Amino acid sequence: MSERQITLEVLRYRPELDDEPVIQSYIVPVQEEWVVLDVLNYIKDNIDRTLSYRWSCHMSVCGSCGMVINNTPMLSCKAFVRDFPDTIRVEPLHNFPIERDLVVVLDDFMKKMTVVKPYLIPKEPVAEVDGTYKQTSGQLKRFKPYAMCINCLACYSVCPQYALNEGFVGPAALALAHRYNVDSRDQGRSVREDVVASNEGIWECTFVGACSEVCPKHVDPAAAIQQTKIASTMDYFMDKLLLGKKKSGGVVKQVEGGGA
Amino acid sequence: MTNRPYIRPMPNSWWLREGRYIRYMARELTCLFIGFYAFVLLVGIYRLSQGPETFDIFLAALWSQAGLLMNLAVFIMAVLHSVTWFNLTPKAMPIWIGDKQLPGWVIVGAHYGGWLVISVVALFIVGGL
Amino acid sequence: MARSNKPIVWGLFAAGGTVTAFLVPVLVLILGLAVPLGFLSPTDLSYDRVFMVVAHPLGRLVLLGFLTVSLWHAAHRTRTTVHDLGIHSDRTTMLICYGVAALGTVLAVIFLLRL
Repeated sequence: MSERQITLEVLRYRPELDDEPVIQSYIVPVQEEWVVLDVLNYIKDNIDRTLSYRWSCHMSVCGSCGMVINNTPMLSCKAFVRDFPDTIRVEPLHNFPIERDLVVVLDDFMKKMTVVKPYLIPKEPVAEVDGTYKQTSGQLKRFKPYAMCINCLACYSVCPQYALNEGFVGPAALALAHRYNVDSRDQGRSVREDVVASNEGIWECTFVGACSEVCPKHVDPAAAIQQTKIASTMDYFMDKLLLGKKKSGGVVKQVEGGGA
Repeated sequence: MTNRPYIRPMPNSWWLREGRYIRYMARELTCLFIGFYAFVLLVGIYRLSQGPETFDIFLAALWSQAGLLMNLAVFIMAVLHSVTWFNLTPKAMPIWIGDKQLPGWVIVGAHYGGWLVISVVALFIVGGL
Repeated sequence: MARSNKPIVWGLFAAGGTVTAFLVPVLVLILGLAVPLGFLSPTDLSYDRVFMVVAHPLGRLVLLGFLTVSLWHAAHRTRTTVHDLGIHSDRTTMLICYGVAALGTVLAVIFLLRL
């Protein structure tokens, strides 16, 4: 079997050297079963030790190696070289500041992930004898797809609204909020809504839908956000018009059931 | 090590960068035709209120060469709006029957079916009444 | 963070999107294309017939609803699209878009009442 050679074009940024990112090309002999991450590791081990990128598990579980490959964000550990032409362009994720080479600054996302309160907020502490919550497989099915996110941030990389609107909570974090909102064990929807249904939450989304198309774990943030829009619109009219109650302001006045 | 993150600019032409963004922009721009057509209908109602002669002038303009081009453009963009709108309904309104989620194509199909029935009935009523 | 008032305009946008998706293509087909294309005869859209349908109380009500949600659907989507295209003075855009929709809604009420 003849060995295949490819050219890997890497968008590099070395803050101490470069004023702006520059493309550097590496010619690499590749094996049939290699993924793009293997190519990067080969370069790091054999050609250029200064190349920086994040990775950990090499099996689509950790979400560290998200990067833009030939214009589409994906996990480099899942991007088989055999599916690509002989020249492959690798860039850091779009819409995030570049720290160095393929490493982006994640602070903004980390902050946004926490503001949606991504944990169970039960009405009462667990009452079962063994300290676990009972849940049927049907109840699990409602939220499981939204629980598969590994924070690779491919969705943020293709979301124009995240780029255009400073403060937008963004696809993965809003999908995560939805994941808990539709969990039968959770009663925290109205608490999350103070962030989720604010101007910086779901309402910045214009349903471009790209987030769901690129998600390597098939999370479908676009669906989660549209369902939240409908639910929040119902809440709004129930609260403000029909019952004459005002609930805005961030204080929990009422904990209600978490329907979709 | 220097800590000097580089922020890549987002050009206003971002939506030309990828096919999916161009399709998105086409979908969004259908609204201009929907809004425009609402004003066409407003003019029609206004002309209707002025009597048969003025209403006929309105219809003549609507069926003139320029009017036909306009109608065709609105029709194409309105169909694009309908198709893109219906295709996204399963995401916004998933339907659960017990523990089973109704397949997306059923929801989309129901919308297309309703669309067809409404359209055929409307054409039949106007043509055959 | 305060909850947004967007549900008002988004609700109109979504309602308008659904209503127009079902109705606008066939409406344009009937009014604008079917006669020239020969599906309908010009007499099918005679003044008396059209007036009878439009001026009927139910006709006026349906038309008012249809025009209102059409206009607000278009206005809201135009607002976000203008922002997408790089014009970020959202307040001005909002005033113009919703202003035009509001004007159209008022005109619809006036014209329909005058029939």
